[in-house]
Amino acid sequence: MEIVKPLTQYLAALLLAPLLPGIINRVKAFFAGRRGQPVLQLYYDLYKLLQKAPVYSRTTTWVFRAGPVIGLAAILTSLAVLPFAGRPSFLAFDGDFIFLLYLLGLARFATVLAALDTGSAFEGMGASREMQFAVFAEPAFFLGLAALARVTGQTSLAGMFGVLTGDLWRTAAPVLALLTASFFIVLLAENSRVPADDPNTHLELTMIHEVMVLDHSGPELAYILYGAALKLWFFGALIACMVLPRHSGSWAGDTGLFLLAMAGVAAAVGVVESVIARLRLIKVPYMLITAFAFSTLALIFQMGR
Amino acid sequence: MAAVVGTTSRRSLSGFYKMLLVLLSIILLLASSALALFFSREPSRAQDAGAYGAVAASALGLWAAVRTLAAGSAETLSLPWSVPLGSLSFCLDPLSALFLVPVFLLTGLAAVYGVGYLRSYAGSKPLGLAWAAFNTLTAAMVLVFTAANAVLFLLGWELMAAASFLLVLFEHDKAQSRKAGFIYLAAGGAGALLLMAAFALLGAGSPLLDFASFRTPSGTAASAIFLLALGGFGLKAGFIPLHVWLPEAHPAAPSHVSAVMSGVMIKTGIYGLIRVLVFLGPWQEWWGWTLLAAGCVSCVLGALFALAQHELKRVLAYSSIENIGIILAAVGLGMVGAAHNADRLAALAFAGALLHVFNHSLFKGLLFMGAGAVLHGAGTAELDALGGLAKKMPRTALLFIAGAASACALPPFNGFAGEFLVYLGAFKGISSYPAVALAGVLAGLSLAVAGALAAAAFARAAGAAFLGEPRTERAAAAHPPDGLMLFSMYALGALCLAVCAAAPLLLVPLVSAVGAGFGGGFGAAAALEVPGPLVYISAGALLLAAVAAIAAVKRRSMFPAARTADVPTWDCGYAAPTARMQYGASSFAQPLTDFFQPVLRKLGQYPVIAEYFPGKASFSTEAQAVVYNAVYAPAAARIRDLAYRFSWLQHGRLQIYIMYIVVTLLGLLLWKL
Repeated sequence: MEIVKPLTQYLAALLLAPLLPGIINRVKAFFAGRRGQPVLQLYYDLYKLLQKAPVYSRTTTWVFRAGPVIGLAAILTSLAVLPFAGRPSFLAFDGDFIFLLYLLGLARFATVLAALDTGSAFEGMGASREMQFAVFAEPAFFLGLAALARVTGQTSLAGMFGVLTGDLWRTAAPVLALLTASFFIVLLAENSRVPADDPNTHLELTMIHEVMVLDHSGPELAYILYGAALKLWFFGALIACMVLPRHSGSWAGDTGLFLLAMAGVAAAVGVVESVIARLRLIKVPYMLITAFAFSTLALIFQMGR
Repeated sequence: MAAVVGTTSRRSLSGFYKMLLVLLSIILLLASSALALFFSREPSRAQDAGAYGAVAASALGLWAAVRTLAAGSAETLSLPWSVPLGSLSFCLDPLSALFLVPVFLLTGLAAVYGVGYLRSYAGSKPLGLAWAAFNTLTAAMVLVFTAANAVLFLLGWELMAAASFLLVLFEHDKAQSRKAGFIYLAAGGAGALLLMAAFALLGAGSPLLDFASFRTPSGTAASAIFLLALGGFGLKAGFIPLHVWLPEAHPAAPSHVSAVMSGVMIKTGIYGLIRVLVFLGPWQEWWGWTLLAAGCVSCVLGALFALAQHELKRVLAYSSIENIGIILAAVGLGMVGAAHNADRLAALAFAGALLHVFNHSLFKGLLFMGAGAVLHGAGTAELDALGGLAKKMPRTALLFIAGAASACALPPFNGFAGEFLVYLGAFKGISSYPAVALAGVLAGLSLAVAGALAAAAFARAAGAAFLGEPRTERAAAAHPPDGLMLFSMYALGALCLAVCAAAPLLLVPLVSAVGAGFGGGFGAAAALEVPGPLVYISAGALLLAAVAAIAAVKRRSMFPAARTADVPTWDCGYAAPTARMQYGASSFAQPLTDFFQPVLRKLGQYPVIAEYFPGKASFSTEAQAVVYNAVYAPAAARIRDLAYRFSWLQHGRLQIYIMYIVVTLLGLLLWKL
């Protein structure tokens, strides 16, 4: 039954994604010397929010209500394309990562429009910043994928990660290391983590992603939070596939290793959040340009090889 | 009459009805033009004459064009013509048909829309003339896409420019429209001159300037023709730096005409360029690089300029420059690939370019019609004077946002399909052809940057116009468009969705058009390369739609009767927000426009706070026409100064001009003796 494994992988992603923010929070609590929230906190939050009736401002229209639905749908669809532990999902095809890039764009577009629909100055601010950072993050991510395509000679994510073995790391380590670094920076920015954004900040003026969803409540907020966890899973899985080339032919073994690597990525995000201060807003583009530079360097190395 | 009738297939006359239908549609359009002009004193009859003529011609032509694409064969017709070097030669092949389908689709729907849109102008503007010009413009475009003789082609080309010039001047009482008209006229004239030179070089030595009789020129001549054609057709297509007329002229015309101009008229430039490329024989690699560079610059800068505009229709006009850039970059990428025998890559890029030609006409038509509905309903399209229109015109808002998502190439809308093929071509180059990898990186990167910028530009435009609270009284009192206008927008919106969902149906048209436009080899390669991506585009779009539907149903099932408390937006606890506190279009774009200020050079007036209790302050920014101000305006001033030096030649006396003619004729006679 070839359909069972992809289905299991997909369901595992859907079920386990809310664990990642829990792991990050526990790591941060460890560094701060606190006990921290339960690892399963996001599950509780989601459950609670789904029971609550939403409240809508009179300024809002259907756009505000459609935003979270479309945002979540885009991320859910992207996970059906994303490889799991280097293995193809349901829908793996040539150029699938372009589809993924634009699905993330769709989620962003829907979220930004929903934020603008509230007519709030703060949400407008967040929307504006989100779009600004996307202009820098997308080229960095794109060039990284181009370099990966060049290294592996493949044009689908599953193909790339299928070829990406330990041997390739031995021959093209600098390229792959640069790419991993670039993807990690994009992960931090796209998932509004420190140093690009602070998910725990209390001042709306300095928020980016959180401020866009200030007016959402109830199930819509649950959709948004769950979508954010899935997006973290999405980028985490890319990095896990990068640093963990497939070794064995055993599906269970690979899956176990992959999940461990995912927990490692979450822990790394937690460490970064604990040891680095948040950048000033106007410096965030420079961080993303650094990622762009890493990707470009990787591409140049590879084309020169 | 000694008519030469031929078809490429053996079935000789059986497919010929398609050619007749297209010619009939031209005749119908010209006749209804004349009729509209005849009724110019009775606006409602003029509207009827123009619109019925346009819709009937569209139905006929669309049938013929779709059948041609499905059959994949070419029909030709050649009749003698008394004009020197000219012949009434027509050719309807899949490439023509691929450009004709959007022409007929969009002009038909724009005519329906126009009836509703122009109603409010009855009595104050000459509607008969407007409809005559509109239908003549359509007829001229059909002529351009089917002409197989350079003289006939240029006749259509100039007719197109003249008709659209009249439409740009529709609101000639506004100074801005008059300026737009003059720039447009100058650009059109310069382009036509370059094209005449190109065709003269191409047809050197042949008795008639028939396309079929063009001989492949030698290397240097071919390069010269390429540059002339790039300039001439580029001035119509409007890529940077030849775009200066476009953001002036497209917003000035009535909105249904803007839709046609942006959606299909500028594509005549792309069409002409592709045709000439085939005449030029073996391509040189640097041609491809030139197109690629122009395309990359246009798509990135077009999207960036769109982000800085303050008027909705200008945003859309700059977005057209971006999309022309995407098409041009794709053609350039394909040519570079072809130079390195990467036919699979080239086929993908060419197919993507042609698919984007089609897609852009759909969503840009929809967007201009949406902008027209805003202009019609609120009386202004200035972004900072709008807001909250989604409550007054919910259907328009839905359709505009759908069009905006298409323009940002977001799945499941059609803009994604064409760009996906181009990206895939680029990645084929990056992964498998080292010699083409750089071209692939450039094309893909430009598309990615332009895509992110376009998303910002369209989120800004849609947000400022339709979402939040109305910023002015006019926006608060806006009224929705009428049924005819909505019908056209719904039709285009549905097509935008359908293209992605039913992408595999486009395989045969695309493959035959690539074969007819770029050469059979690429057609064969496209037949191998394109089917897979098209299937996956549609699978991805359908999966996305299904997941979204499930998420929406699930959401509804939790709280079917959502509580809409009559409360203001939370806004961090501030209880009395006003519409002026919202983030406006300028503030939304400010982080990005500041970052790109060296390119944008926007002018701004910023308040200076010098006292402890500052009084009223004002702030304004203005987007500049950067290239026009930096290059064209100084150049035009130079030319004018030069012309003044020769003003002694011009006395305004008829006798002297006749003397000039006589002297010239004598000179020519002596030279020939």
